[in-house]
Amino acid sequence: MNSPAIVSGHRPISVNPWLIIWVVALGLAVVVSLIGKENLPWAFKFPREWVIPISVWISDFVKWLLNEFDLGLFTFRELTRSIAWVIEQPYWLVRSLLSTGFLKGQGSDAVEIFPRLSWLAVISVVSLMGLYAKDWKLALLVGLCFLYLAVFGQWDSAMVTLSSIIIAVPFGVAGGLALGIAGFRSRRFELAIRPVLDLMQTVPVFAYLVPILILFGFSPVSAMIATIIYAMPPMVRITLLALKQVPSEITEFGSMAGCSPRQLLWKVQIPAAKSTLMVGVNQVVMLSLNMVIIASMIGAGGLGFDVLNALKRLKIGEGVEAGLAITLLAIALDRLSQAYARRPPPVHEVTSHGFIRRNPHLCLAFAIIAVTWAAGAGMTVMNAYPETLQLTTGAFWGDLVRSININYFDQLDGFKNFLLLNIMIPFKRFLLGLPWVAVVGLVALGGWQLGGWRLALLTGALALFIAVVGQWPKSMVTVYLCGLSVLIACAIGIPIGIAASRNERLNRIVQAAIDTLQTLPSFVYLMPVVMLFRVGDFAAMLAVIAYALAPAIRYTNHGLRQVPPHLIEAARAAGCTRRQVLWKVQMPLALPEIMLGINQTIMMALSMLVITALVGTRDLGQEVYIALTKADSGRGIVAGVCVAFIAIISDRLINAWSTRRKAELGLE
Amino acid sequence: MSESSKLVCNNVWKIFGENPAGFLSRHNNAPTTNNMAEEGYIGAVRDVSLSVAEGEIFVIMGLSGCGKSTLVRCMSRLIEPTAGEVLFEGRDLLKTGVKELIEIRRHKMGMVFQHFALLPHLTVLGNVAFPLEVQGVGRQTREARAREVIELVGLVGREGYYPRELSGGQQQRVGIARSLAVKPEIWFLDEPFSALDPLIRREMQDEFMRLQNVLHKTIVFITHDFDEAIRLADRIAIMNGGEIIQTGTPEELVLNPATDYVAEFTRGIPRAKVLSAGAIMGPVSGATVAGQVLVTTKIGDLAADIVNAGAPFSVVNKGGAIVGEVTRDAVLAVLVEKEGGL
Ligand SMILES: Nc1ncnc2c1ncn2[C@@H]1O[C@H](COP(=O)(O)OP(=O)(O)OP(=O)(O)O)[C@@H](O)[C@H]1O
Ligand SMILES: [Mg+2]
Repeated sequence: MNSPAIVSGHRPISVNPWLIIWVVALGLAVVVSLIGKENLPWAFKFPREWVIPISVWISDFVKWLLNEFDLGLFTFRELTRSIAWVIEQPYWLVRSLLSTGFLKGQGSDAVEIFPRLSWLAVISVVSLMGLYAKDWKLALLVGLCFLYLAVFGQWDSAMVTLSSIIIAVPFGVAGGLALGIAGFRSRRFELAIRPVLDLMQTVPVFAYLVPILILFGFSPVSAMIATIIYAMPPMVRITLLALKQVPSEITEFGSMAGCSPRQLLWKVQIPAAKSTLMVGVNQVVMLSLNMVIIASMIGAGGLGFDVLNALKRLKIGEGVEAGLAITLLAIALDRLSQAYARRPPPVHEVTSHGFIRRNPHLCLAFAIIAVTWAAGAGMTVMNAYPETLQLTTGAFWGDLVRSININYFDQLDGFKNFLLLNIMIPFKRFLLGLPWVAVVGLVALGGWQLGGWRLALLTGALALFIAVVGQWPKSMVTVYLCGLSVLIACAIGIPIGIAASRNERLNRIVQAAIDTLQTLPSFVYLMPVVMLFRVGDFAAMLAVIAYALAPAIRYTNHGLRQVPPHLIEAARAAGCTRRQVLWKVQMPLALPEIMLGINQTIMMALSMLVITALVGTRDLGQEVYIALTKADSGRGIVAGVCVAFIAIISDRLINAWSTRRKAELGLE
Repeated sequence: MSESSKLVCNNVWKIFGENPAGFLSRHNNAPTTNNMAEEGYIGAVRDVSLSVAEGEIFVIMGLSGCGKSTLVRCMSRLIEPTAGEVLFEGRDLLKTGVKELIEIRRHKMGMVFQHFALLPHLTVLGNVAFPLEVQGVGRQTREARAREVIELVGLVGREGYYPRELSGGQQQRVGIARSLAVKPEIWFLDEPFSALDPLIRREMQDEFMRLQNVLHKTIVFITHDFDEAIRLADRIAIMNGGEIIQTGTPEELVLNPATDYVAEFTRGIPRAKVLSAGAIMGPVSGATVAGQVLVTTKIGDLAADIVNAGAPFSVVNKGGAIVGEVTRDAVLAVLVEKEGGL
């Protein structure tokens, strides 16, 4: 690291050496910024000749993989084709069942040999699932969500989306389970896979859409593969955790009973870990739904495609309806899979019954399917929800937005311009004007202070990487958008969290609101802001703030609530007012936890930021998005990795700080 | 070791730490407590040698953390000992292959756990039949056998229940039934009654003795409760800090505690329950006797008779030969024992 920022050879004399080091380092940075423009131009603009063309190498590598790589028995292209085939078969089956019907022949000459499931049948089946998993309230909720899809004309798209989820989830679960088991059995494998999981969860999805697009083509299968890859990492983690949590006595019993390793795993450990594993399944469902819209960029079709299309053409009404459809689908599937995860354990049966008495829901479901199929032969209403009865709110949304825009245009525009001119643009200019050398140095210095030379090396190297691959300016735009959004999200979220921690009723409302917000796919956040503020940095920032608000509230609330009660009592006894207790006792003690919330907020903001490239930001997200449209894998991956590195730098710095602070406060 | 030894441990060590084997050989297989503290190793089992005879109840007793669980797991090789030898029916268990070990566990070993370790997703019947299921025994046969043992432990009528629907005592009955389903030759019980409240514990101990009177298994029983050890044991091994301090019958421990540590345990025990006629008998005096007792009869059991009779009893061995005499005074001395009396 030849950064001038940390070449401060002074021996610290005073009580707090870090203060001096920082003053010197910042001083150097300022000096470089002031005199550097003419003397050290390379410190400001990373010279083009120095850029290492990693993106070109990656693109060439992917091309080589696809065109020349031969695995001996078969080529790489054959491998990708067979993977696609394995996923395509079950997908075809489910999609025929739910959406297209079983067809014979191609294109427009196709004849239906067997119809799809009637909308009535699907709604009944999902309601019965709700009844089976929990109670009639859940059944009603799920049934109404699906009914919306039929009534508002979203059925066909929704069934395409549902089919891909029904296929992607088992693959994601099975893959995650397999990797988790491998990690559980081999410590080495676990150590190898952890950093990969870290990276996978911070690299924006867009980044690996490109290579998938190139390897598998533009098709629903590619979309599902991307979805599976995206949804798998949490399942791996949860599998590892769940298996490790199995009480050692249970495992020992399995061994003593003479289980072979395979029996031990499948008959003892996995059943014993089931309830935790089900939490993982719920996660996979939610992440898959979150991918629905993004995946439609590489061919998923369905609701995601509708939203994306409406967004591109600024068709507010259509966008809202399809977005709402995704949201309702997400809520229905989330509540269903959660209910399955939390289903009370079985109880003994009083008397033994026949199959029908033991499985009433299942039998009823099959009966309904059979009846609707039979009736479908005569009644068209069974096959498709009648168009005459369909409702649409598209016009309403369009009118609403139009009227808001007409009546409040001045206010909205004034608000937007005020923030843009006075805060956003100056901040952006400031960040872009910083010499990269100084920033890399300061980041490394921060790492050194918080976590020693290892952390310094890590943060410095990651920052340097961003400069070296030539993504510095776009990264700074990312930092600017992300930084401002996080600041504002915290300014809103932390006070709400504080209020919620002090008032039970408010707390319940806030919790319910956060839970709902977190089931919304990230894209849905874009719609209202685009309607009101059109495209640009400002709209992007609002969407990011809305998306990233939840963790700031949650962690603040939680952090304040976990302050040991005896400390609060002690403070009261010492005569502190409620206000003083909050600011002098609770807040300092909760600060490490709140910082973790801020960290989480940053992570969410970064992942949302990439998506906002769709509404015209000029940051790394845009870079990834361009790479996607140009099918340039290297460019997309490098930009994606830069986003991941920004995330990792802030994550490691904040975590190091929080751990140290917690240790100082004796909280851990 | 004698012919009838079912299980023998020779110089078994289990050390936790970075490189236990290296640590052990560095110190010539005899590291001291200081060595361990200095280098950050934990000696959970230290140089343990013992032998469990066919058909006996061998109790391992010691306070929490002294290494009992680790030792019993070394005996079944659930934990790989760092050094030493474990002979099961004369075969070195530590040298058997994976397949053979699985076979031994399937057919010859049973284990009961402190926290029951029942599989939550199976019914009582499923749990008890589980060890047979993994052997590949057909459904009919294994369920029939499971019902037999369920009856043995008195849980008839609860076959269809899930573990969480049962009380602690009932759950442990399932654990016991399950470990008996395969008719094991050696039966390990790791503090099977410690998680139960005192009344139930007592009841389960009686139940356990009733079972053993029917089954005559070779048993390794772990407990931290000396009363329990005295009630159940043929022989007791007292453990402390990973080492076995003394092994002997309850009577031997009470009469000749090897260290103050052992004496501390035996102090609160009513001697009449532990000592037998053989321990307090004198030479035959020639006086008229009021009756006969076996050498092994506990003082507590003959006290009432001898006090009423007012004359000595002669003591006979199993063969019926007279080997000595107990007097009323000797019995009274035990009954009114003072601390450290005798
Ligand atoms: N996996 C392990 N790693 C490190 N130390 C261990 C491990 N297992 C046990 N120990 C240590 O070995 C010692 C003996 O533990 P063990 O569980 O055998 O004791 P115990 O006599 O069964 O106690 P308890 O009555 O509490 O069950 C303890 O000091 C424990 O901390
Ligand atoms: Mg134990």
